[in-house]
Parts: sequence; C-alpha cells; structure tokens
Amino acid sequence: MTRFVIRRVLYMIPTLIAISFVAFIIIQLPPGSFLTAYVASLQKSGQTVDSAQLAALKQRYGLDHGFVVQYWKWISGIVFHLDFGQSFEYNRPVSSLLKSRLPLTIALGACTLLFSWAIALPSGIYSAVRKYSIGDYLVTMLCFLGVAVPGFLIALVAAYLEFSVFHWSVGGLLSPQFTGAQWNLGKILDWLRHFWLPVVIIGAEGTAGVIRVLRANLLDELHKPYVVTARSKGLSERRLIGKYPVRIALNPFVSTVGWVLPGLINGEVIVSSVLGLNTTGPLLLGGLQGQDMYLAGSIILVISTLTVVGTLLSDIALAAIDPRIRVQYV
Amino acid sequence: MSDDQVDTTRAPVSQSAGGVVTADVLVEKGEEIYVAPQRKLVWWRFRKHRLAVIGLAITILLYLLAIFSEFAAPTSRDAYNAGLSYAPPQWVHVSFSGSPHIFAYGFTTKVDPNTLERKFTVDKSHKIPLSFFVHGEKYKMWGLFSSDIHLFGAHQGQSYYPIGADQQGRDVLSRIIYGARISLSVGLIGVAFSLVLGILLGGASGYFAGKTDMVVQRFIEFIMSMPTLPLWLGFAAAIPPGWGPIKTYFAITVILSLIGWTGLARVVRGRFLQLRTEDYVLAAELDGVRKPRIILRHMLPAFSSHIIATLTLAIPAMILGETALSFLGLGLQPPVVSWGVLLSDANNLRVVSDAPWLLTPGLFVVIAVLALNFVGDGLRDAADPYSN
Repeated sequence: MTRFVIRRVLYMIPTLIAISFVAFIIIQLPPGSFLTAYVASLQKSGQTVDSAQLAALKQRYGLDHGFVVQYWKWISGIVFHLDFGQSFEYNRPVSSLLKSRLPLTIALGACTLLFSWAIALPSGIYSAVRKYSIGDYLVTMLCFLGVAVPGFLIALVAAYLEFSVFHWSVGGLLSPQFTGAQWNLGKILDWLRHFWLPVVIIGAEGTAGVIRVLRANLLDELHKPYVVTARSKGLSERRLIGKYPVRIALNPFVSTVGWVLPGLINGEVIVSSVLGLNTTGPLLLGGLQGQDMYLAGSIILVISTLTVVGTLLSDIALAAIDPRIRVQYV
Repeated sequence: MSDDQVDTTRAPVSQSAGGVVTADVLVEKGEEIYVAPQRKLVWWRFRKHRLAVIGLAITILLYLLAIFSEFAAPTSRDAYNAGLSYAPPQWVHVSFSGSPHIFAYGFTTKVDPNTLERKFTVDKSHKIPLSFFVHGEKYKMWGLFSSDIHLFGAHQGQSYYPIGADQQGRDVLSRIIYGARISLSVGLIGVAFSLVLGILLGGASGYFAGKTDMVVQRFIEFIMSMPTLPLWLGFAAAIPPGWGPIKTYFAITVILSLIGWTGLARVVRGRFLQLRTEDYVLAAELDGVRKPRIILRHMLPAFSSHIIATLTLAIPAMILGETALSFLGLGLQPPVVSWGVLLSDANNLRVVSDAPWLLTPGLFVVIAVLALNFVGDGLRDAADPYSN
C-alpha cells in the first residue's frame, strides 16, 4: 500500500507541472504584457504612472526576459513563498484574495460531493434492483434532465422563483439583515437556507452521472453466481444485496470522484456567478474580463491542483477498499 | 485436435449471438436479414429504440429551423420596436365567427410617469390577423434569394410577439430561431475539429501502441483531470475583441474542441487495439495488404458506427459549452445571436422577473441537448448490430 501511495504521488508531479504551464500560458495569452493593461487602467483613472515603480514591477516579474524566466519567477514565488503575484484590479496580493474566497469554494465542493453521494447511492441501488419499475424510469428520466439542463439555467429559474414567488432575498449566502450581525441561530439558519440551493444545482449533473454508473455496475453484479448462491442459502434480499453486490458496485463511487470533481468546479464557476456567491468562481470570471491575469491564472492553477489532489485521494481510497487495484501497481 | 474442438464449439456460439439480436427483426424481415448491409442492420436496430427515434425527429426539426431561419422566423433577426420594450407574449386565438381564422390581440402601452416602467394592457378591440405562409418582412434567404413569405406570423407592418419581446422590442422567438443557426452549428463544427484530433491521436495511440500509446494516454488523462470551464474561459478571454464575428466564432469552436477531443480519442484507440488482433485483420496482413488499406478498408468500417455514436454524444457537450461561455460574456458577442448570447440578457434578476420569457432560449438548449443525447444513446446501442 505504501508503495502504491508513493508511486501515485510521484505520478502526480508531472501533471502538476503541466497544469502550472497551462495556467501560465493563460496568463501570457492576452496581447501585450499585463503591465500595459495596468498602466492603461492607471492612466484612465487619472493617476500618474511612477516609472520607478514600473521598473520594479518589470524586474520582479522578469518581463524583459523570455517565457521560461518569467515562468520560473512566477512559479518559484508560488512554491517557495506562496506569492501568487498582485491583483491589479483589487490592488491586493492574489494570495490574500484566495485566502478569503477559497474556503467557501472547498466547503461548497465538499458538501456538493457528499450531497450527490447521498442521493446517488439509494437511487442507484433502487433503480438497479427494481429495474424497469416506475421508480426506475423516474430516476432515469431525472438523470437525463440533470445532464441536459445547464446548471446556470436551474440557478436562474430557482432565483426567479425565490424572488418573485417566495419574495426571498436572492444572491450571496446571507440576507441583508444578517450580513454584519453576530453568528446566532437565526444567522446560521439563514445561511443554510441560501447554501442548499447551490449545492443541489451544482450536484445535479454529477449525481446523474454517478447514478447511471452505479446502476449499470450493479445490474452486472446482480446476476452473478455468488448472488444466486447467497439467495439459495436463504439470505434476506435486503441483506444479501447490501452485503455483496453493492459493495462491489460501490467502486465507481470512489473512482468517479476523478471526473465528478472537474464537473463540480465547472458548475461552481457558473452557478456562483449567477447566485452571487463569494467563491473563487466569480473572482475568476471578473479577473478574466478585466484582464487581471495573475488573479485569473492563479485561480485556474489552484482549483486545477485541488482537482488533481482530490483525484489522488480518491485513487488511494479506491486502493484501500479494493485489493485488485493495489495489485496492479505493485 | 484440441484446436479443432475449440473452433467447433466457438462457431455455434457466435452464430447464436448473431441470431439472438436479429431474431425479432428476422420475423419481420425474413431472408433479407442475411444479405442486408451493415448500415441497414444498424438502422433496424436503431428504429426499435423509441426515445432515439423521437430524438432524431426533434433533432432534424431543429436543424431544419436553423437552416431555414429566414423563412421559419416571424421577423428578421434585428427588427426592433423600441416602443414595445419587454412586450409580453401574445397568445394565438382561434375564432369561428365567419370563416375560421386565427388572430392575436394587440395591446396598448402606458409608461408610468414615476417609475418609467412600461405597462401593457391587452386591447381586445385590436385584432392582429395571423396566418401561415404570410407576406411579412422582406428577407434574403442565405443572402441569395429575396422573398417575404414567412412560415407563420402577422402581415408586414404589424408587431406580433408569439413569446414576447426583449429590451429593444425584438421578437424573442425569431431570435431563438436565428440563434439555432449558431448554437447548433458550433456543435457540428466543433465536433468535426475534435474528430480530426481524436482520430489522429487516438489512432496513433492505438496503432503504434507501446510508448506512443503511453504518452498520448497520459496527455489525455491530464486534459480530462482539468476542470474544463475555467480553461475554456481562460482561452476565450484571450480572443482579441477586435476580431470579427466569424473569426471569433471559429476561435470559440476551436477552443471547445481542443478540450473536447479526448473522449473520442479514447474510443478510437480502444477500437484500434481491439481490432488489431482480429482474425480478418491478420488475414489481410498475411495477404500482403498494405497498412493504409488495412486501416481504411478493413478496420475503419468496423468502427465507423461507434465513431458516429461518440460524435453525436459530443455535440450536446459542445452546445452546452458554447452556451455557458456566451452566457458568461466571454464567448460570442452581440450582434451575433446564439442561445447563450440570448440567455446572457437574462443574467439579471430584475429583468428575469419582469420578462421571464427571456429564459425560453434555455428551453431550446435543453430540448436540443436531450434529443441529441437520445440519438447518441440509440446509435451507441445500435452501433454493433451483431452483438447482444
């Protein structure tokens, strides 16, 4: 097992390097250096541009040098000093912005993952065991819809309903009257009321995918000889299904985390923008629109890294529950 | 001797496998089944998948709308009437007084002097006659043929909004129909790009195997592990704002397909690896057939149906990608009209609560994506008509 974990962690390093390259390419893509954009925005607001400050910035980001030097200055700052550069739009270090936004993104992602498991497990088992029942058709239909309806559309419709039917405040995670208040029961309840909606919306697509995989896998298992044997021994149906085939069919639950996570991040970016949540998604969007490239590139780097680490954790968990996977790597 | 035994036990199995699938078709088609080409077998099997057939019908309908938008839309794309900003939908009424005819009521507008909000009240005395193949606004079909006949709508000079108007008093339905042209073609063109990438890289991976395979597979895994939307956004943000609509459109499709080709490459690779060891490929090799001919003549037909199924399933992902990008304001920009661009008008709660019909382009996205998914699922099941 230790060997497996070490191998898997080593495999991750080239992926992370590749991710950092892609993020840096995105930073470099817009025409002109970010400094020209910065100077333009300063001049637009009527401020004077200090040439000494410009020179210092040039020096710091290595703008007179080639791609590799600039990349190295950027990535070494991040790896050794957690220095992600400066956001010119917010006039703050990117790291402080990340610190204020990232926890909510992670909390949202974790809750969404838990939510989609909590929904997918019972519905997947039900629709496999009661194949072709009305419930199964219902689940299948909902899955199709979950994949086909873009998250932001559900978010818009939900926001519309909240606003015009229930007259709730929409946007953000707190009603206006609670924003400055101390944490108390009322505030927590208000927070929860705002929090479940993005969780459900972002989770919809991934849940649908997991249910389909779980159902297909369980259907394969249900007719295997060991199930027949268990049944012939007189085991109750509930016990026999829960004890054997479900455990095997659970593997994809853990292994699908690898592709559910990128989907979660996609959903988070767009749904948070619609619902006005203080996560990294709207920050990324604003950064890209305002050509605040160090901000945008850093967010892409961080959330992609989180995705890869999440996939790593799921692979290790998978190896822990399934000896067959471990054997492949040793 | 033992080899012979294996062969004799194998033969009936594979025959019966073919028999199981075709048994029910056999009843209706009789002897024809033995001589039918693969294309026909796939079609027979596809036809039994009811949702897929419905999906196919809807897909064809949507693409017809996209191709003949000028004719199908009641007005032109940019016809506006600033006095009818956010006009509500006008329902179709049927009257049997006199000869049966259809009409919609007009409305009177009043602007609230304090809030400047426009109020619409239905004016029952004003009837707007509607009909099919009506002479309406002039247009040039595909920029070539002049005409003024529209599939449905009001006569020239009458404002009629079947599902409401946007801020500038433009007909939402007409704009959705014009938007179909962009939204649906982004899927097709994007998929064509991914097809090239997928076949080149997936084919190389499966054909050369070994180290090439290893490198390509790691590369694909890398792309798949990245969240796509932030990447799309990052690349889309780099498109210079000075680029014209057509250039931007192609840039967007290229960006979508740069990340979307991986699934296809995996299918191609898997098939290649599987087919390489088939007896008939070996037979062709022993006969001295050259490599390109083996690939094109012997292997390609065996997995072309799988490729088509995967391609069909990739189109909805592209449509959703374009919609998301344009909705967030980093994809296509007005005056280009796509479903995502139209939905970006609705990215404001105030507006949505006043004019919820601005969300209808989303309905079209859902219908198109569902229909294409059903078709893709049906094709995937039918792709191998000899299997179970």
